[in-house]
Amino acid sequence: MIAFIGRRLLHTIVVLVIVSFIAFSVLHLLPGDPALTMLGIEATPEQIEALREELGLNKPLVIQYVHWFVNMLQGDLGRSIFYRESVAQIIAARLPATFFLGMLALIFSVLLSIPAGVISAVRRGGFLDSLTSLIANVGVAVPVFWLGILGIYLFGLHLGWLPVYGYTSPFDDFWLSIKKAVMPVLCLSVLPLAVWTRQTRSSMLEVIREDYIRTARSKGLKERTVITRHALKNAIIPVITLLGLQVRNLVGGSVLVETVFNIPGMGRLLVNSVLGKDFPVVQGCILVIALVVALANLVVDISYGYFNPRTRNE
Amino acid sequence: MKMTTATVRHIEHMELPPRISEFRRFLRVFLSRKVVIFGSIIILALLLIAIFAPLIAPHNPTQQNLWETLQESSGKHLFGTDHLGRDVLSRIIYGSRISLAVGIVSVGIAGCFGMFLGLLAGYFGGIVDTVIMRCIDALLAIPPLVLALAIGAALGGGLGSVMISLGIALLPTYARLIRGQVLSVKQTDYIMAARVVGCSDLRIIMMHVFPNCLPPIIVLVTLNLGFAILAEAGLSFLGLGIAPPAAAWGAMVNDGYKYLLTNPILSFAPGLCIFLVVLAFNLVGDGLRDALDPRLRGTI
Repeated sequence: MIAFIGRRLLHTIVVLVIVSFIAFSVLHLLPGDPALTMLGIEATPEQIEALREELGLNKPLVIQYVHWFVNMLQGDLGRSIFYRESVAQIIAARLPATFFLGMLALIFSVLLSIPAGVISAVRRGGFLDSLTSLIANVGVAVPVFWLGILGIYLFGLHLGWLPVYGYTSPFDDFWLSIKKAVMPVLCLSVLPLAVWTRQTRSSMLEVIREDYIRTARSKGLKERTVITRHALKNAIIPVITLLGLQVRNLVGGSVLVETVFNIPGMGRLLVNSVLGKDFPVVQGCILVIALVVALANLVVDISYGYFNPRTRNE
Repeated sequence: MKMTTATVRHIEHMELPPRISEFRRFLRVFLSRKVVIFGSIIILALLLIAIFAPLIAPHNPTQQNLWETLQESSGKHLFGTDHLGRDVLSRIIYGSRISLAVGIVSVGIAGCFGMFLGLLAGYFGGIVDTVIMRCIDALLAIPPLVLALAIGAALGGGLGSVMISLGIALLPTYARLIRGQVLSVKQTDYIMAARVVGCSDLRIIMMHVFPNCLPPIIVLVTLNLGFAILAEAGLSFLGLGIAPPAAAWGAMVNDGYKYLLTNPILSFAPGLCIFLVVLAFNLVGDGLRDALDPRLRGTI
């Protein structure tokens, strides 16, 4: 088991090093002088030279990368061109909002999608099954930013039930924080909900056909026990492996949702930095996002190996 | 054994099911579900609208008219006009061209490069496989929209940059899918036989391995067209992508967002189009999967 964890850890580290290379090259893919692009045409030659010096653009690429990489390992992601602050601090200030909404969305979609998937598999072809599959189809196809706007129109402007934008920390004002979080969390949950419901349904349908389910039924267990204790326990494994993908979807969704609802999180920081060509911040965001996704995948892999020893020696 | 006249007659009179071709079997399964037909009709309509946009559109999509800004739905302007007095219906009609073009080109880029990398990795194995797949894993650790944002920003906006960045963002799925298929096809006897009779690697890949990977690719391409259109809409909603005077659905949703209180249709109509088109590609993709190979259910 320890060798297995070691291998997965090494794999994660290799992936993150490659990600750092991708993030690094984003700046250097820029056609022309990165310093000029970032500062705009009004910049004086002195300002451009100062930025070139700060970013180390005068040195060879390999040296620049090594320098940047070593700094990154020490938690130094450079300085923002726009905010004139350390990138690590800017991201740390934006992370809580994204994390809070993302966690709520994750919990909400697990709590709803697994029962929905189980019910539609057990009642295959019934009304609830058709309804679930309709919702799952809609969930994969709907543009979340549009869904958010529809929600703002209906629940915010028309009915006046919910605040239409912004974010409040749950530690400042819990009730207001929840009220503001309802719509963003629902929008974020749509895609994970659809993906997980589909996966739970198809994996339940497969397990229900197995011999041990027939055995459980024929020894006289109650149907509820057969489904929850015997079927779901086995069907849930492929559902859990999707966690990494779901975290990826949530982060991707937060870019759009935070823009619609004007939430000061990492998603909106990334968009604003991309629009403002603040590349140190863009690089920092990519690294942090990839780190979160890679860690989620690592946790999934290790728990998978723990519960299913056959997969340890791939 | 000598066959008697009696057995021959017996065989002739046996009730055989009518023979149907593979294609007819495919059509029968494909068209058996109403939602798949619904999706196909929407895709067909999208194609026709995109091709014949200049003939269908009632107005010029970029013609500003400052005397008629933010008008409500009327006989002259079915979906009203935007803040610059441009006809929203015409802009939606022309917007279909951008959605479709970005979808097709970016999926094309992702498919070609992704499949090439997947074939290389799966067929040659070893160090080639390790290097390619670790890079693919790294790309997979970044959400496609975030990756497309970053690459798009680096390339500097515009239609071409959106196509390339989405193409790179979608590439990993193809590489993984093809690699898996190649690995399973490689074990089969007919590949062994091809090697024994002296086929070159290139010939084995092109003539034997690749055709066997086609059904899942067709399904993935269809599903991905929907995803690419959704992602392009997201990018243009965020203000990255197609330059302003041209009409992109995502950007139209964002433009209309400011006038939500007075003219909600400005946002609602283009958003509904994105939703319907993406839904259609997904429904057809699912239908194709069930018709081409039901075993793929749950894997794509």
